[in-house]
Amino acid sequence: MKYLDEYRDADSARKLVDAIRRTVTRPWTIMEVCGGQTHTIVKYGLDRILPDTLELVHGPGCPVCVTSLETIDKAHAIASRPNVTFCSFGDMLRIPGSYGDLLALKAQGSDVRIVYSPLDAVSLAAANPNRQVVFFAIGFETTAPPNAMAVWQAKRRGLKNFSLLVSHVLVPPAMAAILSAPGNRVQGFLGPGHVCTVMGCTEYVPLAKQFGVPIVITGFEPIDMLEGILRCVQQLEAGQAEMENQYGRAVRHEGNPAAKRLIDEAFEVCDRKWRGVGAIPQSGYRLRPEFHDHDAERIFEIDGLNTQESAVCISGLILQGLKKPHDCPAFGKQCTPQNPLGATMVSAEGACAAYFAYGRHQLSGPTGVLEHA
Amino acid sequence: MCLGIPGKVVETYREHDMLMGKVDFGGVFKRVCLEYVPQVQPGAYVIVHVGFALNTIDETEAQFVFDFLERMNHLDELKVPAP
Repeated sequence: MKYLDEYRDADSARKLVDAIRRTVTRPWTIMEVCGGQTHTIVKYGLDRILPDTLELVHGPGCPVCVTSLETIDKAHAIASRPNVTFCSFGDMLRIPGSYGDLLALKAQGSDVRIVYSPLDAVSLAAANPNRQVVFFAIGFETTAPPNAMAVWQAKRRGLKNFSLLVSHVLVPPAMAAILSAPGNRVQGFLGPGHVCTVMGCTEYVPLAKQFGVPIVITGFEPIDMLEGILRCVQQLEAGQAEMENQYGRAVRHEGNPAAKRLIDEAFEVCDRKWRGVGAIPQSGYRLRPEFHDHDAERIFEIDGLNTQESAVCISGLILQGLKKPHDCPAFGKQCTPQNPLGATMVSAEGACAAYFAYGRHQLSGPTGVLEHA
Repeated sequence: MCLGIPGKVVETYREHDMLMGKVDFGGVFKRVCLEYVPQVQPGAYVIVHVGFALNTIDETEAQFVFDFLERMNHLDELKVPAP
C-alpha cells in the first residue's frame, strides 16, 4: 500500500484492513457522522481499500453546511445594517444565501469580521460600545461551550451591545432522524469523536438500543477510523447494537462536566431546521430567557425574507447520505470551491469540498491516496 | 471548528475573572480560555476548539494530532488574527 508511512503505525493499519476484510461476510452501510472524518476517508482513500460490500456514507456533520438558509439570510440582513459589526468563523462567510454571501457584503462596505474565538467578538463589543456586535453562533456541541461562555461573559460584564445569532445543532437527534427516514440505508455509525469529548457517550447508548444500530465513537486519524470501522462491522456481523468508544484517549464517558454545565446555563434544547434535511425536533440549542437581551433574533426584527435555494445543488441529499457529491451534475463544473452553489462545497468539513480537493470527480478511478499495491 | 487543535499552555492568567492561557500551536501563539480544563498548568497540552481548551492530552499524542491536522490542511483557523 502507498502512503501507509503517513499513518502513525503502518503495520497496525494493514492489520486493521486485513481484519475488516476477514470480518465482513455481507454488504453493510456505515455512516461517519463528522465532516472531519469524511475528509480523512476521502484523502486517504479508505473507502477504496475496504471490501466492496462495505459502503461508507457521509453524514450531516458539517455545521456550516446544515445551517438553514433562513438563518444565513438573517445573518446577511443583520450584517448589512450600518451600526452592526458582524462576527463569524471564517467558513460562514462564503456560504451562499438567497441574497449573496457575507464576504460580498463585506466587500460592499459592511463591517463583517472573521474571528478566531467568540471571546474576540466579546472584546470587540467592549471596545466599541456604540456598535452592535453580533456573533454568528453556529456549530455542533463542540462550539456550544465557547459560545455559552461568550454570552455568559457579556451578560456578566453588562455588555448590552453584544448578541448571538444562534443556530446550534445537536448530533444525536440528527442520527435519530436519519434512522427514522423512509429509505434509510444506514446500519451502523462512526460517532463524532470531538463532540463526545464535550458531551460524553451516554446519549448514544439509548440511541443504539432504540434503533438497533452499533454506534462506535471514533477519532479522526486513518488508524482511528479503520479501528472504528472494524469494531462497527464486528458488531454488525455478530448482530449486536451497542455504543462503543474507540476514541478513549480523548473521550471520557461523562464528557467535560464544566463545559456541559455552562451549556446548560446559557442554552435550552429547541426544534431546529437543518439545511437540506428539514426540521428535526429537539435538535438545536437556543438561548435561555435569561439571555434574551443578548439574542440577535430578538434585538433585530427581520421581516420579508424570501429564501431561495439553488435549483441545481443536491447538498440536501448528500447531507442525508442518499447521494454522493459526484452524483451531482454541477459538481466540479458550475459548482467549485471558488464558485460554490451549496454549502457542502464551501466548508472545510463539507463532503463536496473533500471530493473536489482530493480529485474524486468520478465514482471510481485511480485517485485514491491509499491504494493496494 | 469541530476538529480541536492541540497546543501547549505556555502561561496562565485571569482575565475578567476567567482562567485564560497563552497557548503555543507549533509557533503560533493564541489567547485561549481554560475555564473548561481548570486544573491545567503551564507546560500541559490541551485540545482547543475556537479558542477554548476542552480537553488535555499528553505531549506525544499532541504532536501526532498536530502533524495530522497540518497534513489535512485543518489549521487555517490559527491564521485568524486577534481583533
